Amino acid sequence: MTDTHSAAALDTVPKLLARNASKYPNAAAYREKELGIWQSWTWAETAQEIENLALGFLDMGVNVGDHIAIVGSNRPHLYWSMVAAQSVGAVPVPLYKDAIAEEMAYVLEHCSARFVVAEDQEQVDKIIDVKDDLKTLKSIVYLDPRGMRKYDKSALFEYTDVQAKGATAKADLMPELQKRLDMQGADTTCVMLYTSGTTGRPKGVVLSNHNIIETGRTTSEFDSLTVNDSVLAYLPMAWVGDFIFSIGQAYSAAFCVACPESGDTMQHDLRELGPTYFFAPPRYFEGMLTTVQIRMEDAGKFKQWLFKYFMDHASVVGPKLLDGMSVGLMDKLKYHFGKVFITGPLKNTLGLSRVRVGYTAGEAIGPELFDFYRSLGINLKQLYGQTEASVFITQQPDGGVRADTVGVPSPGVELRIDDRGEVFYRSPGAFVEYYKNPKSTKETKDKEGWVATGDAGFIEKDSGQLRIIDRAKDVGKMNDGSMFAPKFVENKLKFFSNILEAVVFGDQRDECVAFINIDLTAVGNWAERNNIAYSSYQELAAHPQVYEMIQKNIEEVNASVAQDEMLSGCQVSRFLILHKELDADDGEMTRTQKVRRNIIGEKYEDLLNALYGGASEIFTETEVSYEDGRKGSISATLEIRDTAVQPRTKVAA
Amino acid sequence: MNMQDSYITVDGRTIGAPVMEMKNITLRFGGVVAIKDISFDIREGEIRAIIGPNGAGKSSMLNVINGFYHPQEGEVWFRGAKRKPMKPHQIAKQGLARTFQNIALFKGMSTLDNIMTGRLTHMKSNMVSQMAWWGKAQDEETANREVVEKIIDFLEIQTIRKTPVGRLPYGLQKRVELGRALAAEPKLLLLDEPMAGMNVEEKEDMSRFILDVNDEFGTTIALIEHDMGVVMDIADRVVVMDYGQKIGDGTPDEVRSNQAVIDAYLGVSHD
Repeated sequence: MTDTHSAAALDTVPKLLARNASKYPNAAAYREKELGIWQSWTWAETAQEIENLALGFLDMGVNVGDHIAIVGSNRPHLYWSMVAAQSVGAVPVPLYKDAIAEEMAYVLEHCSARFVVAEDQEQVDKIIDVKDDLKTLKSIVYLDPRGMRKYDKSALFEYTDVQAKGATAKADLMPELQKRLDMQGADTTCVMLYTSGTTGRPKGVVLSNHNIIETGRTTSEFDSLTVNDSVLAYLPMAWVGDFIFSIGQAYSAAFCVACPESGDTMQHDLRELGPTYFFAPPRYFEGMLTTVQIRMEDAGKFKQWLFKYFMDHASVVGPKLLDGMSVGLMDKLKYHFGKVFITGPLKNTLGLSRVRVGYTAGEAIGPELFDFYRSLGINLKQLYGQTEASVFITQQPDGGVRADTVGVPSPGVELRIDDRGEVFYRSPGAFVEYYKNPKSTKETKDKEGWVATGDAGFIEKDSGQLRIIDRAKDVGKMNDGSMFAPKFVENKLKFFSNILEAVVFGDQRDECVAFINIDLTAVGNWAERNNIAYSSYQELAAHPQVYEMIQKNIEEVNASVAQDEMLSGCQVSRFLILHKELDADDGEMTRTQKVRRNIIGEKYEDLLNALYGGASEIFTETEVSYEDGRKGSISATLEIRDTAVQPRTKVAA
Repeated sequence: MNMQDSYITVDGRTIGAPVMEMKNITLRFGGVVAIKDISFDIREGEIRAIIGPNGAGKSSMLNVINGFYHPQEGEVWFRGAKRKPMKPHQIAKQGLARTFQNIALFKGMSTLDNIMTGRLTHMKSNMVSQMAWWGKAQDEETANREVVEKIIDFLEIQTIRKTPVGRLPYGLQKRVELGRALAAEPKLLLLDEPMAGMNVEEKEDMSRFILDVNDEFGTTIALIEHDMGVVMDIADRVVVMDYGQKIGDGTPDEVRSNQAVIDAYLGVSHD
């Protein structure tokens, strides 16, 4: 069979869709669990669904270049909305579904969205709340009609009605749709994604078809993804990673995208589905490991012994086997016994039985954590990327996996490190511009196409892999002139299962101090086993024994930090445990769960002053806001502790 | 029933003809008079609340409505006919379902199975074919499972589908119980303190579900509730009881400004 579509013609997502529909008409393109049963749509059905919706969009009066915002959880229909928007020449703008109304209003206003596709009443309500300020907004399309029976329907349309209207008017509208499809090419905007922004207002990153499709194609080849693979789409649709995995790579390699029943059932759905390609942030892998450890602690003696025996063996042999190294016959035999009794069932419980390629990124991952998954025989690798690069900057090849590096440059990517240590890249996936923000575009991307990552790092001589130290702007100097890299320390702290988040301060100071968030699951379980009663996060966090435990953890980290010549100044000398969990709703973290150090520093200035002031406790009151915009406050008296610091290595002036 | 009685308008919302009428109900336990000469109606498609201080006779009233107690005096009219004394399962067949103040679920059974028990009145195949899972029983189970899955989706409890309810927190158990009552596809749904012991967030969720049930399925709802704020927000009409007597009846606004109600709730000085 000759492939009628040459590579040059496949320069837009709708064209890839047409190719998949004709080449793999009966392969599953989407799955979704609905009413407890997995439903699936083949590529041919998907193409039909998208065509009907695109015709419906034309019927509603969508123009070329319009922005269509899409908000909701991962559902096939919302992915189709994105491709349908592209089909009619509009630009899809996926939004974070847990964004509060004002955040949403800013983005809708900034991109002058004319249409919104919203999942349900919750999202529609938020948009209606801010609708009066949005002059360009014309109508809202909703997926789930529940609870909206009595809403004013003049500018509110049900998804299936839009499709039905499109299908009815097919004869009239088809020529126009065809015209618009033909008009697009590699330079047409594929998607606009708003970066969560660790500082300031979100910026709209414009990515062209060339960016997305080239990245999708080369990276699919890198990991040899095919039509037989499948992925579970559960990460926010507004995040570039999801767009690349669920659209860029999925349409390029024609693999199946499955959507969980709801956000909460993800773990269960993962197990039922057993995807072959899996991405999760380190936090997710940490959470899974913690659950396993907790459940093993509650298990019987024999099971504990069995687990320890085979896991210890697997941790030696597993990674070797994964990297294709030779292993003794007896070791191999024992590993396979372990697979029958422990690692196999464990992988199955975690839903990772069939995972062929697994990635993690976003934050540094602890070596123990990494080894655990690799010893189970899961090919977990790290990648390094950002929205502006259409995700991929570097990734680890099979056989070159390490915990402390992020890999070699992805296909087509060039890397450069400037004299300040900041990492720059030039790649086919490098973004076009920030929407309506030429100033920021210019600051980030130079004339030759080099993009600044804002991260400081270096390339290891032996392996050629990139190692990231910290955000370039976060790397500061302490008063004695030594280097201050907070994330380096925070990551080490977070490798302890008791510590969920840590925020380290020390720029322009004599010593480093830290705010700690305990992990309620891990510490809660510990408390249960030790008969320590508590009624809330706050109470548990303030418990003297918890302080004792955290202090030990910090001192261990200090000892390890002291080993590093450049960063030995970053040892934590005082700390406190925060009375509330850091939360994106309070602006303390980004929506992608990264701490915003400066904002936290300003918000808890009183605590910071106390840490540096030598007090042994401090009373504080904090305002908290809920997702619907209401406010409340928490007050507490927090204990402050000193920790032992190792003597510093001399700083080379 | 005369014609002008069949539709009334409450706060701009049209509600239907009475589905249930209580006429001069008096209920005694030995010498104790729990309910004294009370009359009111529940209309098609409305949310009717019964409120009152502790010991006012609210739960007794609900038990009269669902036929568990038989009043010594007075008549209960259901869908245009006077109701004869019946067994509880006969009443369930008539289209009444309820939840309980103290959760009455099967603790060891999963959420799914618990809600499935609510379909009992809709199952017609005999026990033998159900055990063999053969013939009609098979189709019936599939159809019933679909109804149950729709309820699970509606109440957003997919995560706990297979969890034994005994392991669930209180608020979720209440939601499962509502699910079981809904599974019977009742004409009239009775809720006994659906929000007792809940925190603010759980109360808001539950209020939303009650409103959605009413809106989506058109189910008539009668509920007993302590939390005045919640009642005033979601009810169309309210009956107020005190010491077994009716002291107020009307829209939330009318009831709120009724002096007898204010006295019952805030107390009056006796000097």
